[in-house]
Amino acid sequence: MMELIVNGESRQVSEQLTAAGLVEDLGLTGRRLAVEVNGELLPRSRFDQHHFNPGDRVEIVQAIGGG
Amino acid sequence: MSSKATENNTPREDALIIGGTTYRSRLLVGTGKYKDLDETRDAIDASGAEIVTVAIRRTNIGQNPGEPNLLDVISPERYTILPNTAGCYTADDAVRTCRLARELLDGHDLVKLEVLGDERTLYPDVVQTLSAAETLVADGFKVMVYTSDDPILAKRLEEIGCVAVMPLAAPIGSGLGIQNRYNVLEIVENAQVPILVDAGVGTASDAAIAMELGCDGVLMNTAIAAARNPVLMASAMKKAIEAGRESFLAGRMPKKRYASASSPLEGTFF
Repeated sequence: MMELIVNGESRQVSEQLTAAGLVEDLGLTGRRLAVEVNGELLPRSRFDQHHFNPGDRVEIVQAIGGG
Repeated sequence: MSSKATENNTPREDALIIGGTTYRSRLLVGTGKYKDLDETRDAIDASGAEIVTVAIRRTNIGQNPGEPNLLDVISPERYTILPNTAGCYTADDAVRTCRLARELLDGHDLVKLEVLGDERTLYPDVVQTLSAAETLVADGFKVMVYTSDDPILAKRLEEIGCVAVMPLAAPIGSGLGIQNRYNVLEIVENAQVPILVDAGVGTASDAAIAMELGCDGVLMNTAIAAARNPVLMASAMKKAIEAGRESFLAGRMPKKRYASASSPLEGTFF
């Protein structure tokens, strides 16, 4: 297991976890979202192949009301 | 002119063109501060807006995974979604936000750039704004930029390649109306890209004034969302924008200091 920081909160995940797997584990599959790892955009097309490193800071964002 | 009707009406071709896309509505609206998603949808529908702003924020993890999403009611198929960089205080954060937004919206590259300078005024940090605008334009974004009502800066942002420049009328959410209409006028007269008043409009007459000054459009959120009846205010704003635009195109009468009778002086019998 290793630690990721997902949306500011610590989370223990398997070293084999992909970005697609993380999105699925969070119950967010199929939702309109975007992911950034350590400040860099991770395109959706790479979710299946992308593996994390220990301590990665992952941001998962969506659109909400705003002006 | 082929017909009197054509001559007298607002030209059919009077469309707003931003970044190569044509819009019929000159009212752009935000989606913040509404009571719920139903009210958001109804107010935006009543406004007639085609371009609708959204904010980009962290997804709530573990909370109501089935809860409806804003983009379920404000569908990207029906509206042009304009993601903003609200809450960003550095160029880097604004650029990150835009890249996430582009991914979120399947490559849609129209963004509203705002880099704030201070929490009290929410005035733009113009140095960071210029820097972010340069990066985003180079990265292929179509940038609509929130800025101060400074004519020199507005021109610089146009020269950088922003597709629209959006000076504030008054601080965001203040509802104070257009505080410096001569600056707005100067920006409009000197511009080669659409100029939209963004922020500070409080009521319908403020929106009409912006349009009468020659602005190409107005972007607002709080003026509608914080009205006692947001859906009715959205309808009022739609009419004010249209009335202001037609008034601008019609060309107002000159102001005079003394009276000028509307009825003829000849033929009086008294």
